[in-house]
Amino acid sequence: MTLALQQDGTATRKAKRSNLSSARLRAAWLFLAPMMIALAAVAGWPLLRTIWLGFTDANLTDLSQSQFIGFENYLSYYDGEAYGVLVDAEWWNAVWNTLWFSVISVGFETLFGLLIALILNAEFKGRGLVRAAVLIPWAIPTIVSAKMWGWMLHDQFGVINEILLSVGILSEPIAWTADPSTAMWAVIMVDVWKTTPFMALLTLAALQMLPGDIYEAARVDGINPIRVFFKVTLPLIRPAIIVAVIFRSLDALRVFDLIYVLTSSSTSTMSMSVYARQQLVDFQEVGYGSAAATLLFIVIALLTTITVVAGGLKSGEGEQS
Amino acid sequence: MNRQMKSILFYSLVVVVVIFSVFPFYYAIVTSFRSGQELFNPSVFPTSFTMGNYFSIFKEQPFGLNILNSVIVATSVVVLSLIIAVTASYALARIHFRGRGLLLMTILSVSMFPQVAILSGMYELIRSMGLYNSLPGLIIPNTVLTLPFTVWVLTTFMKELPKELEEAAVVDGASPLTIVRRIFLPLMWPAMVTTGLLAFIGAWNEFLFALTFTLSNEVRTVPVAIALMSGATEYELPWGNIMAASVLVTVPIVVLVLVFQRKIVAGLTAGAVKG
Amino acid sequence: MGIRRTLLGSAVAVAGMAGVAGYAMAAEVTVVCGSVGQGAKLCKGAATEWAKETGNTVKFFAAPASSTEQLALYQQILSSGSSDIDVFQIDVIWPGILGSHLADLKPYSNGAEDMHFQPIVANNTYKGKLVAMPWYTDAGLLFYRKDLLEKHGEKAPETWGDLTASAKKIQDAERAAGNNKMWGFVYQAKAYEGLTCDALEWVDSFGGGDVVNADGDITINNEKAAKALSLAASWTGTIAPSGVLSYQEEDARGVFQSGNAVFMRNWPYAWSLGQADDSPIKGKIGVMALPKGGEDGKQTGTLGGWQLAVSKYSKDPEAAASLVMHLTSKKSQKQRAIEGSYNPTIAELYSDADVLAASPFMGQLKDTFTNAVARPSRATGSNYNKVSNAFYNAVHDVLSGKTEAEASLAKLEKNLKRIKRKGW
Repeated sequence: MTLALQQDGTATRKAKRSNLSSARLRAAWLFLAPMMIALAAVAGWPLLRTIWLGFTDANLTDLSQSQFIGFENYLSYYDGEAYGVLVDAEWWNAVWNTLWFSVISVGFETLFGLLIALILNAEFKGRGLVRAAVLIPWAIPTIVSAKMWGWMLHDQFGVINEILLSVGILSEPIAWTADPSTAMWAVIMVDVWKTTPFMALLTLAALQMLPGDIYEAARVDGINPIRVFFKVTLPLIRPAIIVAVIFRSLDALRVFDLIYVLTSSSTSTMSMSVYARQQLVDFQEVGYGSAAATLLFIVIALLTTITVVAGGLKSGEGEQS
Repeated sequence: MNRQMKSILFYSLVVVVVIFSVFPFYYAIVTSFRSGQELFNPSVFPTSFTMGNYFSIFKEQPFGLNILNSVIVATSVVVLSLIIAVTASYALARIHFRGRGLLLMTILSVSMFPQVAILSGMYELIRSMGLYNSLPGLIIPNTVLTLPFTVWVLTTFMKELPKELEEAAVVDGASPLTIVRRIFLPLMWPAMVTTGLLAFIGAWNEFLFALTFTLSNEVRTVPVAIALMSGATEYELPWGNIMAASVLVTVPIVVLVLVFQRKIVAGLTAGAVKG
Repeated sequence: MGIRRTLLGSAVAVAGMAGVAGYAMAAEVTVVCGSVGQGAKLCKGAATEWAKETGNTVKFFAAPASSTEQLALYQQILSSGSSDIDVFQIDVIWPGILGSHLADLKPYSNGAEDMHFQPIVANNTYKGKLVAMPWYTDAGLLFYRKDLLEKHGEKAPETWGDLTASAKKIQDAERAAGNNKMWGFVYQAKAYEGLTCDALEWVDSFGGGDVVNADGDITINNEKAAKALSLAASWTGTIAPSGVLSYQEEDARGVFQSGNAVFMRNWPYAWSLGQADDSPIKGKIGVMALPKGGEDGKQTGTLGGWQLAVSKYSKDPEAAASLVMHLTSKKSQKQRAIEGSYNPTIAELYSDADVLAASPFMGQLKDTFTNAVARPSRATGSNYNKVSNAFYNAVHDVLSGKTEAEASLAKLEKNLKRIKRKGW
């Protein structure tokens, strides 16, 4: 991946353009300033505040009464028993659920997204309409689509059971969101349905930016289209796909509304965000909940760094510009 | 495999994709025309037809105004974030300076915090800026939250463009702003339309901020308005109304895609310039 | 203008309107009342009336219909000390949670609270302050199909055991007759607050107590509670669909009202909807108090209902309190009872001829409403949600067959002790 992580060591013709470079450098900081100010002002403060609250015993009942308690929210001992997020089985259950959910759903989304992007990239009649149709799931507000699917998956009035029963796939209705063995799959299915368009659109944009002459050459040479796809197309669109995957994973790891609406706080589907929100809001434990949120942040940061570094190193090998 | 077989296969794939994508929406439309006890009928096909739900959503709340609010918020978010992101990503993609990688990761880290966790800090901030219960109070946090995504995507796309593109201009002493405007903007259309569209939909769908930072019905956006729709009692869900409203708010997005998809296609011609 | 308002205000005060003195200046009061349909309409009407009488203005805030989200929003607003909303509608379990942000209404009430059901007034008292006025009350009820019971020669169940038996019998007979979708009993068993209400009724009807007693002792790990939960667990998949594990009120009502269930546990709201013109079971519904646990058990129902409270941070608490007093007055409650079937919290109204004419079952069920079992929200204070969460998860585990009742209750007791470690 061509992210800025790897410094481009070959700063060529340095001396000749040193003047120009410094002008460009100044321009760079000027260009970056609005974004950095906006981020620092609006996002930075709430982030830091949450991290700080994680070290206090703040409670929603009276926020002004909070005291610094160090790492007690993370781990503490009381009467010989361990307390804190780090020893809470529910937290680890939530971590596991979230990872499982993210890997599976982002995996499917990438695959389907690529497939749909390839379809949309081909010339055929009604392409515009199909393109719009494919985007519909992404366009419906999450809150609404979660409710809609909850209704469609209902064991008694759900249209899904109705269809599967009438086709003969099921012999009796399944309580998709209630049964612990199907609940997570129901959530994953809805997420895939909802966010595949996001992947498809980003992949499509990358496909559209590929130079047409490569394909022309490949076609003239009579190379198998599948070979062309794996040898030419995929490597070229990989940076875009990796960015899409990173952002989808970030969203998936923070998944909240979908699970909250579909299965609420059932332990079989509880994600890290749902856990944090339960502590922060439902249980009023601002301090403890903030500690959980901070841990969530750390988990995501670690995973992202790994993805970026791994993705960046690999594509760096084949890079040639 | 002959040509005909291939195109049959291709079209059936298209049909499957379309059905999977559209079915829930179709079902929402069907449901939106049902009322009362009919709502509990799981039939796939239309069974009754009443426009009542569509009238009642406009009667019971300022839904027209809610749609307008959503349009204003989402459009402002797109415009603002694209302006900030294009210049920022030019700097990140085309200019080499120390700490670039670190900066990118810092930007990204904004997307790593769960929304539920920064909500209360954000709430205090919005209140202290005097933006509570106003549209700017929604535009600003949404813009900031979409920024990491827009910046990253545009940076990636910009890095993919060949070096030679701007080299001449740089040597000619063109200012960076001119370079961005004259050379990159025309080439970036597909990426910008795509990220813009995704940012638009993101802002259009945003719920938690919109719920928390507004107080009166007049400044609420569509998802909040839909979520706050209520039946006659606390436990009753007004399915018909919710579905009718969802159908209505999805239509603008579909129109938007149809309008902008020409721009996405324009990428093909832009790509040819590179060679 | 100012003088006229003052005069008007004084005139109102003289007229004895809520006993609040006139205001020097007209206030604007933002109120959340009845986020939903009929209730909201009635509340708006009454509040507008108050505004006209006092010369103040009212602004209405539409809150999310789901009570969990409502609570989250209120906490957000209150914990930042914002004065954006003056009057809140709060659930019966919230006084302990929100109490520290609410104003004491005693100085404004003129003893009006004495007319209301005393258990609810006690429930609304937080650290000696009256933080909310009772508005309307609710309790879990048993709905049944009169026609089906008659057809199969069953009578209304006395105990949960009876219910299980008749549900099974009717379900089997109806299925044999071709009605494949028929179920015996539906209720709320999704892992959420509603399950706490349902399970508390089961446990309490068996004499198993109320999870945490008034002194704050954890009482849930007992034989009777285990017996109650074991019985409930036996319903899943036999007389209740296994999907019941994700049912809330509306899911249960959907099944029942479509004619696919013999019995349903629900709140009183289901009555008027079931009797609506498009309801397939119109005229076939019976309502009664929930069955007893056994011969020596008792009839019970979980106390629900809503209160009105004033924010401590309100810019004009006096005006806000005056509005609350108006909305909870006998006159307003009577109107709500007649026009919206909201159960009054004023005992007198249950013998009011107009009220009884409008909803006959109200008088019949007065005892249920007065003797309803309260969730342990007073004893556990701001920890209530944690307790409830631990409780419904433990019950859900039993109902889904994941754990045996005894084991689950033992684990629950341990969890509750952990929560209690710093005191409630």
